[in-house]
Amino acid sequence: MTHDFDLAAVLRGEYAELIVKGIETTLQLALYAWLLAMTLALVLVTVRLTGNKIADRLVAAYVSYHRNVPTLVQLMMWYFGVPNLLSESTQMALANYNTEFLFSVIALGLCQAAYFCEDIRSGLRAIPGGQTEASRALGLGYIRSMRYVILPQGVRNCLPSLINHTVLLFKNTSLAMAIGVVELTYATREVENYTFRAFESYLVATVVYLVFSLLLMGGGALLARHFNKALAR
Amino acid sequence: MHPMIMFSNINKWYGDYHALTDITAEVKPGEVVVLCGPSGSGKSTLIRTVNRLEDIQKGQILFDGQDVSGTDANLNRLRSRVGFVFQSFNLFPHLSVLENIILAPTKLRNLKGAAAREQAMQLLDRVGLAHKAGAYPAQLSGGQQQRVAIARALAMEPPVMLFDEPTSALDPEMVGEVLSVMKGLAKDGMTMMCVTHEMNFAREVADTIWFMDAGQILQKSAPEAFFNQPSHPRAQRFIADLRAH
Amino acid sequence: MFDIVSILQNNWTLFLIGQYPHGPLGGLANTLILAVLALVLAFPCGLLLALARVSPWKGLRWAATVWVYVLRGIPLLMVIFWTYFLVPLLLGHNITGFMTMLCTLVIYQSAYLCEIIRGGIQALPAGQYEASRALGFGYMRTTIWVILPQALYNTLPSLISQFISIIKETSLGYVINVQELTFAANQVNNQLLTKPFQVFLILAVIYYLLCFGLTQLAGWVERRIARKRLGSGVQTVTPGAVLATDN
Repeated sequence: MTHDFDLAAVLRGEYAELIVKGIETTLQLALYAWLLAMTLALVLVTVRLTGNKIADRLVAAYVSYHRNVPTLVQLMMWYFGVPNLLSESTQMALANYNTEFLFSVIALGLCQAAYFCEDIRSGLRAIPGGQTEASRALGLGYIRSMRYVILPQGVRNCLPSLINHTVLLFKNTSLAMAIGVVELTYATREVENYTFRAFESYLVATVVYLVFSLLLMGGGALLARHFNKALAR
Repeated sequence: MHPMIMFSNINKWYGDYHALTDITAEVKPGEVVVLCGPSGSGKSTLIRTVNRLEDIQKGQILFDGQDVSGTDANLNRLRSRVGFVFQSFNLFPHLSVLENIILAPTKLRNLKGAAAREQAMQLLDRVGLAHKAGAYPAQLSGGQQQRVAIARALAMEPPVMLFDEPTSALDPEMVGEVLSVMKGLAKDGMTMMCVTHEMNFAREVADTIWFMDAGQILQKSAPEAFFNQPSHPRAQRFIADLRAH
Repeated sequence: MFDIVSILQNNWTLFLIGQYPHGPLGGLANTLILAVLALVLAFPCGLLLALARVSPWKGLRWAATVWVYVLRGIPLLMVIFWTYFLVPLLLGHNITGFMTMLCTLVIYQSAYLCEIIRGGIQALPAGQYEASRALGFGYMRTTIWVILPQALYNTLPSLISQFISIIKETSLGYVINVQELTFAANQVNNQLLTKPFQVFLILAVIYYLLCFGLTQLAGWVERRIARKRLGSGVQTVTPGAVLATDN
């Protein structure tokens, strides 16, 4: 076990390329999964708001599944299990594509959609009932009440949770390495295998993850403060 | 001149609980009606039926000659013509005082920004809060918030103002400032229905007092008659209890 | 789909206890042992960190805060690899996958438990602290006799929620060949090869039943606490409100 610290060794040439590729993939994974999750969450919340009992139960079941089954298992289910359900020809066709990345995006996105859905719902529920009454009493209809009174307050309420779960999504991209996606953690392990310098490789990955996480948390805090100017005493 | 608000045989149930029983009454234009009575008598429920924050199961309510239970498309129009002031103010915390007031006029009447702001400033002046136009609700005292709420309701220029215990949530020293705004409105000829426990206000300003108990209007009379010679035994007990303080 | 029943019939011991007695204990049993041990060991660490974060000593506060932020900012997998690498160095000999996973979970969860306990402490009305100090109790005594008993009771639902997170996190042991439930499922899958969907469905359902049951327990505890604490001005720390690890 070498005791000399040589950061340059892991940041050289092809290793640096591998790490950069890993970072790129991680960011892409996170971005696409986030977009999928947010879109789906908004759809789910809207469905829940309609008040239809069956729809509500279905969404609740969706959320329950994705929150109680480990993300890694969900990932495995999508990558190993789902293709098996598809027809032979579809499977052959899929084999030509980068399915690891695709299924990672789907699995992570669907999982986080459940969390975002609950965050948004809690945010809306935290608004006092008097707000709806007051805006309706002024004559603002359902849509206008939502747009000018309810949703702006709802966004402020759920921002902290949404930010926390966004950071969680970002960290969960590392799970994709289990199905072979060359994201940052995978790349780090590769570099470690080639250079035998575990400490330096891990350090680089740790710093990268930390920087992005802190950026996300900091950005989120700024956003929350901007929205809360109005509400703070 | 037809009455501004007409209640015909109103009945309302919450499940098995009979909240309003055979209410028949009317409010004339320019009249100030004060509803009083013990807690749970249905006073708040009654005024909330006018703009359909509560719905009735039997009877008819006419507002300015029109049945309030018309199609839902007219519900928002109806509500924009009824000014409502809540016990808990319900100002919109994410908007400034000025924005709270101009929200409805700009979105529902397409009033342009400058005209809306001018009207809002006039209203704020009327309630004595022109200097707080840029402040946010969280920065105001309870009395100030309620006055802004009154200005917000007035912004749509409604022919009727309904007040649901407007001072019950306020500290005693702030009650006066809100009541004086309401007195000003009454003097200017606004048609008003007020649920309140402020008996001095009722004496000074009301044209008619409706005494309610257990979902029924037991007595309607002028303030002097009500306070000095209540005819209904329940009303007599109510006045006696008031005097005891 | 009836394959599911036959798969379960043939492999239930593997799912439940791994290869025991022909090999080390594994499967669901190992998952639970790992999770319980992790919670029991992480709790005191989280408690100390929480006390450090609310303590009046700046250096201690700062150190604890940095530790918590770092662990919140990196994926659990990275912590696994760090532990895998560093602990043998510190101890001088290799450790099993199980021990690696246990250490990882303790370290990682100490940060999250710290935040939960800290939330519970800070949610108590200021009057509690003031009343105790007014009686003459010093800082340490106040903390031990007045603050902590209340705070810990109030955070019980969140602690159960964290336990659920720990159970889900044990699944990452698969990556370093720890003999837990997910690893067992993959073993079954590798034997059968043609029925991955059924195998992983069984895996998902087992986790679901376990975690869902515990979620219901947490909800029940939360309602009981809310009833008991009604009117005392204390906000119970709702499980969802606190940042969750939720892997």
